Amino acid sequence: MPSAITRSDAAVSEPKGSLLERLQNSRNALGLLFMVPAAVLLLVFLTYPLGLGVWLGFTDTKIGRGGHWIGLENYEFLWGDDVTRLALFNTLFYTVVASILKFVLGLWLALLLNRNLRMQTFFRAVILLPYIVPTALSAIAFWWIYDAQFSIISWTLMKLGWIDQYIDFLGVPWHARLSVIAANVWRGVPFVAITLLAGLQTISPSFYEASAIDGATRWQQFRYVTLPLLTPIIAVVMTFSVLFTFTDFQLIYVITRGGPLNATHLMATLSFQRAIPGGALGEGAAISIAMVPFLLAAIMFSYFGLQRRAWQQGGRD
Amino acid sequence: MAQESKLNPSGMGFLETRTRRAFTVYLPLAVFVFVLLFPFYWMAITSFKPDNELLSREGNPFWVRNPTFEHIHKLLFETSYPQWMWNTLLVSVVSTFASLAASVFAAYAIERLRFSGARHVGLAIFLAYLVPPSILFIPLASVVFQLGIFDTRLALILTYPTFLIPFCTWLLMGYFRSIPFELEECALIDGATRWQILVKIILPLAVPGLISAGIFAFTLSWNEFIYALTFVSSSEIKTIPVGVVTELVEGDVYHWGSLMAGALLGSLPVAFIYSFFVEYYVSGMTGSVKE
Repeated sequence: MPSAITRSDAAVSEPKGSLLERLQNSRNALGLLFMVPAAVLLLVFLTYPLGLGVWLGFTDTKIGRGGHWIGLENYEFLWGDDVTRLALFNTLFYTVVASILKFVLGLWLALLLNRNLRMQTFFRAVILLPYIVPTALSAIAFWWIYDAQFSIISWTLMKLGWIDQYIDFLGVPWHARLSVIAANVWRGVPFVAITLLAGLQTISPSFYEASAIDGATRWQQFRYVTLPLLTPIIAVVMTFSVLFTFTDFQLIYVITRGGPLNATHLMATLSFQRAIPGGALGEGAAISIAMVPFLLAAIMFSYFGLQRRAWQQGGRD
Repeated sequence: MAQESKLNPSGMGFLETRTRRAFTVYLPLAVFVFVLLFPFYWMAITSFKPDNELLSREGNPFWVRNPTFEHIHKLLFETSYPQWMWNTLLVSVVSTFASLAASVFAAYAIERLRFSGARHVGLAIFLAYLVPPSILFIPLASVVFQLGIFDTRLALILTYPTFLIPFCTWLLMGYFRSIPFELEECALIDGATRWQILVKIILPLAVPGLISAGIFAFTLSWNEFIYALTFVSSSEIKTIPVGVVTELVEGDVYHWGSLMAGALLGSLPVAFIYSFFVEYYVSGMTGSVKE
């Protein structure tokens, strides 16, 4: 196909004609011209800051004061810093638990929606709501739901007689960790469910008919038909999910601000706290950069780990 | 065994599958829908509750006895909320249209002009899409400061495209790929320029893609938090999510009523737009993770 285009291009852009005319039909010149707006914005506001972030991590820059090169000092300090270590643990715990829950619940919801339901489009539209409203605003609703004195969850459990006093959702470290994970799962399940549903809908019903004729049970159909065919899309969806969970900021910032006793601080919220209110830009940048290897490892794991079965679909191992 | 049970369904099979279906499909689904929607209900009911009902443990908290517009009134007339609404709208609309325009050109160049190195540029765009704002905001704050646009709406309008352009370009590349090459070849033979092809052939055919990318980009900018929190400090320039979180949460007594009203009013515009374009939205979301 591209060769056909090239040939017709060559035919049209014969030397005659003005410079403008030739420019309009030269693929390279026009291609670069078309790339200019996007490229300029991304180079100035994405590529350059990324490099700058790496450099800042090696300096002692403060807000309003240029920094000096201090080598690995920031990283050495952070390695010995208890709060940073705790934040790293929290981030890993948060990512692993929330991603697993989002995957299990999301897949379940997708399978439910994939049944022949009445009002399927209605359900699909309603379920996506948590994903589309501003996270900072729904986080405020969760903050209110988790309020120590007026929590609706505590009220309901009290009335049911399951607990004798209000639960301090955000005041106890482990309660707080699990509460923010619940809020994250609430927000992330719709994304996983709807994208997996799109994957499920591409599986041809004839596979299920064939397996039913061969006497496969529901579980066997799920295990040997649905799951292998869904694996590629699961890999991509979970890669995105892990990426967004690992770098989450809004939910924590709004619901707990990292408290109690730094128990819910993630790397992202800690880097914000150190860099912006704390003014230590260099140190904050170092925390951000320290996230990158973990992020790459998480992406590699969820992407390649889940795609390993590519050979089953005729690809190479 | 499995075969046997399939061949011998019990006599009351019809009824049994029906109750079974209710328990295995509709009951879990109802629980999912309840949990996913409850925070919105709670947001709405709280915004209309008078303070004495909010702060009492008596009565049924799931309902409101004396609904009041006090919180919404306070929000609209005693805080900068209308200003934040305007800021959010302005920043979202401008950055969405700017990103969409830049993305159309970029996607057309990468996918259709196929200049040398287009494939590598396409890959770079995808990688840019994977860069999370939470590792970019610190150096970006320093760039914004150097450019002298700290604490202005322009700072947000110029930084939002860092996540909007990669997303829109990636989505539009997929749409452009689905338009047959033959249409372009015919136009080229008829003497159309590349510009004419883009405007008169590709764009009209890619309208669904443009709508998907546009409303998705609008929602992403409306919901953006970390850049708006970092690059803006004056109250009259804040966006809704940042304004509600930083300005309404002051002092020891939380004004839950107006907080919830702020959250509700800030969510309504995106929910409203979303309700009209659900299909485009879903196709944008699923399209962005494919390939």
